[in-house]
Amino acid sequence: MYADVGKSVVQVLRRNGVDLDFPEGQTCCGQPAFSSGYYKETTIVAKKMIEVFESSEKVVIPSGSCAAMIHHGYPTLFANDPLWKTRAEDFVAKCYEFSQFIVDILGITDVGATFPKKVTYHSSCHMTRILGVEEQPKILLKNVKGIDFIELPYAFDCCGFGGTFSMKMADISAAIVEEKVDNIIATGAEVLVGSDLTCLMNIGGRLSRRGVAIQVMHLAQVLDQGSGKNAY
Amino acid sequence: MHIEPSFRKRYHKALSDLAMLKAVKLGTGRLRSQRAKAIEAVGTERWMAFRDRAEAIRLHVIQHLDQYLDQLVNNVLKNGGHVCLAKTGEEAVKYISDLAKKKNAKSILKSKSMVSEEIHLNPALEKQGCKVIESDLGEWIIQLAGETPSHIIAPAMHKNRFQVADLFNAVSEEKLTTEIPDLCGFARKYLREKFLGIDIGITGCNFALADSGAVTVCTNEGNARIISTLSPTLVTIMGMERILPSLEELTIMLSLLARSATGQKLTVYNTLFTGVRNKDDLDGPQEFHLVIVDNGRSKLLGTKYEKVLNCIRCGSCLNACPVYRNIGGHAYGWVYPGPIGAVLSPLYQGMEKYGELAYATTLCGACTFACPVKIPLHDMLYALRNDKIELEKTGELAENIAYKGWSATFASMSRYRFSVRMARRFQFPLVKAEKIAYGPPPISDWLKHRDMPALPKKFFHEIWPEINNDRKE
Repeated sequence: MYADVGKSVVQVLRRNGVDLDFPEGQTCCGQPAFSSGYYKETTIVAKKMIEVFESSEKVVIPSGSCAAMIHHGYPTLFANDPLWKTRAEDFVAKCYEFSQFIVDILGITDVGATFPKKVTYHSSCHMTRILGVEEQPKILLKNVKGIDFIELPYAFDCCGFGGTFSMKMADISAAIVEEKVDNIIATGAEVLVGSDLTCLMNIGGRLSRRGVAIQVMHLAQVLDQGSGKNAY
Repeated sequence: MHIEPSFRKRYHKALSDLAMLKAVKLGTGRLRSQRAKAIEAVGTERWMAFRDRAEAIRLHVIQHLDQYLDQLVNNVLKNGGHVCLAKTGEEAVKYISDLAKKKNAKSILKSKSMVSEEIHLNPALEKQGCKVIESDLGEWIIQLAGETPSHIIAPAMHKNRFQVADLFNAVSEEKLTTEIPDLCGFARKYLREKFLGIDIGITGCNFALADSGAVTVCTNEGNARIISTLSPTLVTIMGMERILPSLEELTIMLSLLARSATGQKLTVYNTLFTGVRNKDDLDGPQEFHLVIVDNGRSKLLGTKYEKVLNCIRCGSCLNACPVYRNIGGHAYGWVYPGPIGAVLSPLYQGMEKYGELAYATTLCGACTFACPVKIPLHDMLYALRNDKIELEKTGELAENIAYKGWSATFASMSRYRFSVRMARRFQFPLVKAEKIAYGPPPISDWLKHRDMPALPKKFFHEIWPEINNDRKE
């Protein structure tokens, strides 16, 4: 849905010397169905994902909860399937969230971006709690030239999205995102950055409805700023 | 997904009760920041080690629950107490009601006990003419209001001092102000008088120690200590899983419980008693009854939900939960609210009645990380959803069809790409300035509060060939 984010991911990674491929046939990690309790349906799609990336060396995922789904959900899905269990484990072992890949695998903490704006960062729940990736995105952000990084109070609180929760119990979800938005506004930041597009869709949707002019960006889009050269 | 109208109704009522929500946000906010400070003082690494140890202790007890129950019962009997092993809540209520009849009890004083709430003890005792008084301040407030607890450790969290003043003024002879010291002073004086002349005292139980038969009750007001000393007949009610092997494990659990619950290093009063007074003792009960309640717990042993029996009822998952903080405890419907309630209610009371609670969560995992005994609460919420769909087959028809269609679409590149093109075409009438503000179900409720971005003119898989060709040239 967010093609611009995809473009930025490609730019940032290529600029930092990564050879990229986008295997055709990839669709979805299966999180929506898994969270709703439909494991059988999830398994069908998950197998497809494992097949599609079979020959890839490493898989970079620019969405924290998708990466968490693969790391935490796939072992559950294939726990009792001896044939697919190892294939799933091999797949899981080579999947990395975007910032995790840059910091932990490439060993890069400054991607050479410039972004002279006041920025705050929302920590997505699944990325931090389930995947355990907390500091990497903030390290990358803080090393962006010219950036004024402000810690978001209660950054670790959920934004209220919760997948289908935000539709099934939209009013509770709205109350939760309202707290998040109030906290974001209180920082005085011009830009809210995150690593999970669904959180950003939720928070951005509320900011937009309230008419608040805070820009919402994926980490990759910020890291893609101001380096000048096109890496395509 | 079909949501029982009852839950929808309950949480909508909660969302419109602004005084309640303000009180709950204040209360949970305070508890949660105090807990954070307590952990900071201990050091995160040591805290994690504490949790590992506590988890290991609880797992060990649950895995050997039969042996520890046996040991506990034998020691209580050896100490001169009586034991009731109640399979159901009704059995426990009947045992205590019969005891009250036998003792011709008029006045019964209680300290806080969630199990007594779970089995609806007070109404049964009142029905047979007993005057039951709650001596825990929070419990007494909600007793005066005719309500149930909304939080495991702070039962009246949902009330503010103005509401409390109204409740107290209804039983006070002199007019009280709304100042907290004034209100506490009144409660202290009023309840003090009730301690004298009680026929039966009832306490809850934080931990029972198998190797001595001792019961541990933690309170910040000291009310359980007075009850355990002054009652001629003392009854303690406990869930069957609330056992520890010995004092050694209790040391760890008490420091973990207090820090998780309120951020205190230790609860103010940690009372241990072994039942009836010894020959030379000056005080203590003449008769002691330990009522051990199963009420659905034992059926979890050996299942994927067994670990939920680790729970020590600290309430920290409630304070951590964004849903609890925004709807309070009563909306959950049964006695245990928040994430632990969303897991326990369907397991103890049935999926049919409370299965909907498995959806009352964003699955953010804050509960699991707040839990001092490492219950994977959010994983259990996933599992409950899965049980509902694949074990009980009670998913809503429309959703069943939707996910069948989803898997067929997303397992095929061509079908996926076709559906993307279709979606882009059909969103056209809804899109204004690259945003969607109104739409049909199931996104209509979402759009009540938020905008949605329109699907882009090109998806990433559609621009990839361009990007990739540029590179190759």
